Amino acid sequence: MKLVRFWGTRGSLPVALTAAALRGRLIAAVRGARGLALASERAVEDYVDGLDFALAGTFGGHTSCVQIETGDADYVLCDLGSGVRPFGEAAIARHGPRTPQTYHIFMSHVHWDHIMGLPFFAPAYIPGNRVRIYGGHVDLEAALRRQMDPPSFPVDFDTMRADIEFVHLPPGIRHEVAGMTVTTLRQRHAGDSYGYRFERGGRTVVYTTDSEHKLTEAAETRSFVDFFRDADLVVFDAMYSLAEATTVKADWGHSSNVVGVELCQLAGVAHLCLFHHEPAADDAQIAAVLADTRRLEEITRSGRPMRISSAYDGMEIAL
Amino acid sequence: MEVARRRFADVVVVAPVGRLDHGSADELERVLRPLVEPSGDAPAGLVLDFGRVDYVSSVGLRVLMIAAKEMRRRGARIAVVGLQPVVAEIFAISRFHSVLDVFDALPTALKAISAAAAAAYGSPAVSTST
Repeated sequence: MKLVRFWGTRGSLPVALTAAALRGRLIAAVRGARGLALASERAVEDYVDGLDFALAGTFGGHTSCVQIETGDADYVLCDLGSGVRPFGEAAIARHGPRTPQTYHIFMSHVHWDHIMGLPFFAPAYIPGNRVRIYGGHVDLEAALRRQMDPPSFPVDFDTMRADIEFVHLPPGIRHEVAGMTVTTLRQRHAGDSYGYRFERGGRTVVYTTDSEHKLTEAAETRSFVDFFRDADLVVFDAMYSLAEATTVKADWGHSSNVVGVELCQLAGVAHLCLFHHEPAADDAQIAAVLADTRRLEEITRSGRPMRISSAYDGMEIAL
Repeated sequence: MEVARRRFADVVVVAPVGRLDHGSADELERVLRPLVEPSGDAPAGLVLDFGRVDYVSSVGLRVLMIAAKEMRRRGARIAVVGLQPVVAEIFAISRFHSVLDVFDALPTALKAISAAAAAAYGSPAVSTST
């Protein structure tokens, strides 16, 4: 495996930067430029590149869709959130519409934010493409078809002319898909969700979203630590603060940055990537959580440092 | 885990020592359970003195949250005092400082919870267990 690319990182619901928020950022950026010598294009670019990410960038607003570049021609994705629309457009732009491609898509679960992109996934409408959709839910196909039934959507599932097949992946078994060894783990979430551990060529990526960790049962904690063990990258649901996850949002099926750090430290993970951001959080709040999480890792570290990042739409992580 | 316990009038002060994590959270929960549940001699307030706690994990924080829920359910108060710098940072990062009452020192917490306990503070206290 070579690279992980994020097309959608937001939890629950797509969001967008508002005009008012953008105006505020522009004002702050212009204010910060007062008195600077910005006559050349290079100076302007350097100034912009030096601004905080939460001012000059954005974590984005598409729901879950993560691509893993394995090194082979086949595409590998996790989840079909709204981020799969720009992914599909990029794939078609790269190959053209008449060059058949194969897409392997691993579904964490079938809640709306993780399936809503499929009706807008253009490669699925193109004859000759192969789409393999994997998951642990027995009703996976029914859920994806149902969202395209009238009156919810005007285009029927069977309008998609690619060769589409659904593949059930029972947990606890090692599966061989797209040159990877794939292991799944059932997670605590309404209706269940599944985490995926992908291994290939000495590299390991774990995709674990929509997963609540109570940490009250040692066996359950151990199973996640073993699942994460020595991973190069863990993409982790850090939607809430620990206080929220144990009080008003207990049993909502999501986890926190604090639990992510603890589990990944126990498992010897090299890189923890915070994911499935709260849709009510703005860029500054997500950036603050990232800074907090890095500090937590620093003050609780007992071995080698663990890299901490926060996923944003368009982010790439080399493996 | 060593857990000292003192009583000042209608407030009990519980003082754990060391790391509050997977290995010790159950012990603290066992100590707190009879104090937080409704009973004839249940205290009106509970103060957790963290002056000698040098680390708290999510499991430890969860024990505090369960205790807080039980105390509030019966109209009683709970507070945490004496956070060491690292533990104070963990409280802030986990946002627990916004859902639990945190005070710098025990007298301040006692004064906020119970006038009787504040008055009793400084008098000889009874150590009921360690």
